[in-house]
Amino acid sequence: MNQIPALIRVFAYLSILTVGGGMAAFPELKILTVEVHKWLTFPQLIHVYSVGQMAPGPNMMMIVVIGQWAGGFLGALVVLLAFFGPTALLAFIVASGWKKLEKWPWRTSIQEGLAPVSIGLLLAGCFTMAKGAISGVETAAIAVGVLLMLLQYKINPALLVLAGAVLGVFSFMPK
Amino acid sequence: MSDAALNPSVEALPAVPVEAQVSIGQIFLEFLIIGATSFGGVVPYLRGSLVTKRGWINDKEFVEMLSISQSLPGLNATNMAILVGEKLRGALGAIAAIIGICLPGAVLMYIVGIFYRIHGDHVWITAALKGVAAAAVGLILSTVVSMSKKSLSGKFDFVFIALTVIAVNRLHLGVPRTLVAVGLLAILFHRPRKQQKESGTQ
Repeated sequence: MNQIPALIRVFAYLSILTVGGGMAAFPELKILTVEVHKWLTFPQLIHVYSVGQMAPGPNMMMIVVIGQWAGGFLGALVVLLAFFGPTALLAFIVASGWKKLEKWPWRTSIQEGLAPVSIGLLLAGCFTMAKGAISGVETAAIAVGVLLMLLQYKINPALLVLAGAVLGVFSFMPK
Repeated sequence: MSDAALNPSVEALPAVPVEAQVSIGQIFLEFLIIGATSFGGVVPYLRGSLVTKRGWINDKEFVEMLSISQSLPGLNATNMAILVGEKLRGALGAIAAIIGICLPGAVLMYIVGIFYRIHGDHVWITAALKGVAAAAVGLILSTVVSMSKKSLSGKFDFVFIALTVIAVNRLHLGVPRTLVAVGLLAILFHRPRKQQKESGTQ
């Protein structure tokens, strides 16, 4: 079945939900790609998202994998366009208008108001993901370890995710 | 003493705006490099490249553009690419910047996707990915903490954070409805307040 139209619809919709970052759309991403369209399983989504954290560039490039699985090269391409197109266009329009709004008092209100909501969405996305990613003491320890390391020291997060892979091999290999 | 032409002062340099000197190709290349090297988060790399290395925008502009990027839907990385590209060379600059910053990661994840599809169920890969996913949760939590430290403007904001999480994870309202409902509430809470009370209100 041709999945291209569905890929465009889903990712264009997810695009406008990414207030404060890609993770904000994660709960909807899970519902639409895993439960509604069954392009991949929840564990696969978590794996792909997590591996994506090691890739350079914008941190939602994992969507390429979903597009590729569901619709081949064309699928990957339309997913990129659908996911980055709408917000890019919006940013482009705002780029010219925002400066004129400098004196508009509501501009600050919007910024201050959206800050806690985007943090909440990020946290909600994190909880959605944790339900699949944290399954016992070991995985919880890795998550907390990474959190504390990042809060305490200036380390490149990609290195810690890589360290998670090494720890994973040592901890979760069947004996 | 010496000829003025041999000793041009800084002021004597031609007052050509920086924008005019940046070509579409340069924009594409610079963002391609950022896209290929920005492991672990794009923003610091953007600053290092655009402000420090190239001087295409100054620090104040960078902070301003970042705050716009954060208020808009879309990833910071791609919104910044659009804003900077637009400032330097208009629509074409914006397109060159966003393609440049996305291309390396997209190609890499395309290859990763094919590899994972073939080898994803090998025991050692499954084990490694379990560790990677747990580490990613820790990484997201650290982003939550650092964003809370930086961008919250009052203790009451934690109520909005809690409301958002409950709406999405407990009430399953969905992200769009939550965004509109809690977003409007929070924006109204942070509504503009005049120093003096406006006449006629209350």
